[in-house]
Amino acid sequence: MTVADSLHRNWQRFTPLQRISRFGFYLFAVAALVVSLRTIDVIPEFLYDAPDQMVDLVRRMWPPDLSYIGPTIKGLIETLHIATLGTIIAIVMALPFGLLAARNVTPSPPLNLFAKFVFVTSRSINSLVWALLFVAVFGPGPLAGTLAIAFRSIGFTGKLFAEALEESGRGSIEALTASGASRFATLLWGYWPQVRPAFWSIALFRWDINIRESAVLGIVGAGGVGVVLDTALNLLYWDQVAVVLIAIFAVVILAEIVVTVVRSRIL
Amino acid sequence: MTDQPSPVPRVAFAPNWTARIGWLLLLLYVGYAGSQLGFSAERFSGGLEHGHRFLVRMFPPNFGRWELIAGGILESLQIAVIATFFGILLSLPVGLLAARNLTPAWISWPARGFIALCRSFHPIIVAILFVKAIGFGALAGVMALIVASIGFISKLFAEAIEEISLKQVEAVRATGAGFLGTLIMGVQPQVLPRFIGFATYQLDSNLRNSTMVGIVGGGGIGAALFTAYQRFDFDVVLAILIIIVSLIMIAEIVSGWARRVFQ
Repeated sequence: MTVADSLHRNWQRFTPLQRISRFGFYLFAVAALVVSLRTIDVIPEFLYDAPDQMVDLVRRMWPPDLSYIGPTIKGLIETLHIATLGTIIAIVMALPFGLLAARNVTPSPPLNLFAKFVFVTSRSINSLVWALLFVAVFGPGPLAGTLAIAFRSIGFTGKLFAEALEESGRGSIEALTASGASRFATLLWGYWPQVRPAFWSIALFRWDINIRESAVLGIVGAGGVGVVLDTALNLLYWDQVAVVLIAIFAVVILAEIVVTVVRSRIL
Repeated sequence: MTDQPSPVPRVAFAPNWTARIGWLLLLLYVGYAGSQLGFSAERFSGGLEHGHRFLVRMFPPNFGRWELIAGGILESLQIAVIATFFGILLSLPVGLLAARNLTPAWISWPARGFIALCRSFHPIIVAILFVKAIGFGALAGVMALIVASIGFISKLFAEAIEEISLKQVEAVRATGAGFLGTLIMGVQPQVLPRFIGFATYQLDSNLRNSTMVGIVGGGGIGAALFTAYQRFDFDVVLAILIIIVSLIMIAEIVSGWARRVFQ
């Protein structure tokens, strides 16, 4: 009997708790979807002529108005400056918070938590909202856009930088401390060489994201190619919109290529 | 920051001139870009004065229009959930087609191009186009976020599939399973945990963006936020921001829990 029992024992991949929580997850997901689908406010009349409107949109966009390339390029250069400068400012601001958030560099839970709170706040507020706030403070223009990009990026860069710091090995740091190195020297000669590849890869990654983000900030008046796009949109010059969109696409792809090449060079 | 040399082997702490020149060039660029963008000290100090007045008007947050805010938040949630679902649904075939170890190159390259196209435009720009094509309202926001989700999930999904072990796929194939059977029994168990990770991450991301598409007419809380901003009701703006941030924090906790369940 016992032998037969052990022969008939069922093998199960998941524990009951796992199965229940998985089931709960699926139930929750399906319920959320069904409720959303049933209650969302969609105007069906708009949907009927959507294909016509799409065709109309494409026809208005083609051919692109090539004379609009001048202002577009000017806007794009501003966007690139905003993205680059915003990334640099973000990194400068994120470094101290990254040091505060890393548990091995700052062995103080309240300070770690404080830095994490700064990161979460920075990440939770969309760059467009940051831009709105800075437009209200500094007036419309690239200054607001740059600061928006910078403040939005603190959370991302700081969090990843803190994680890189926490992963760095103890060996060289203990050696430096044992030789009587100051705190600053430990950071510079112990931690920095270890986190440098991660640091550059974070910076490049964020720069790539920021180019995309800074291209739309102009819609709320924060400078860059978004202003050019917004002007064309408001005047319903869809052929000019097409030029701006193609230009943004080209720059984004170019930035991605640059990031890939630079990353493989320096890492 | 300006002159952090990096250690060169053998000579202890030797100055690294390439790095120093690099940092100097970076500093020069910052100065140049700053002047190009018209940054100046008086602009900055004037801004601080504005900022003070702005903050004074923001406090205390005004939750008086809570009905409007609740409606907008609800619509943002709906947009995020629906866009994530359909985004995932469409990402599955696209990601599969883009995985170079399962599909031939003549299929995978066009699929990768499509993903790149979806990824390169910010959801707000896509939302503008959809607002023109299908009119104002939540549907435009949903469509825009579906495009964004396809761009993100398909790419990661394709990469996850490319990293799977082909031994299990071969084993399933050896039992005589068809293409679909191979996918379900050989590929799916290997990628499901990571896939849930992407999906919950995308839900977070869609939630963030669904609070924004309203600025260009795509529905959700963004419309209320933008209206309050344009009416200079900064106390309402702050109330909405507090709610958005807490919503996103809750969503992050929930998705962290979901990721643990499927570890």
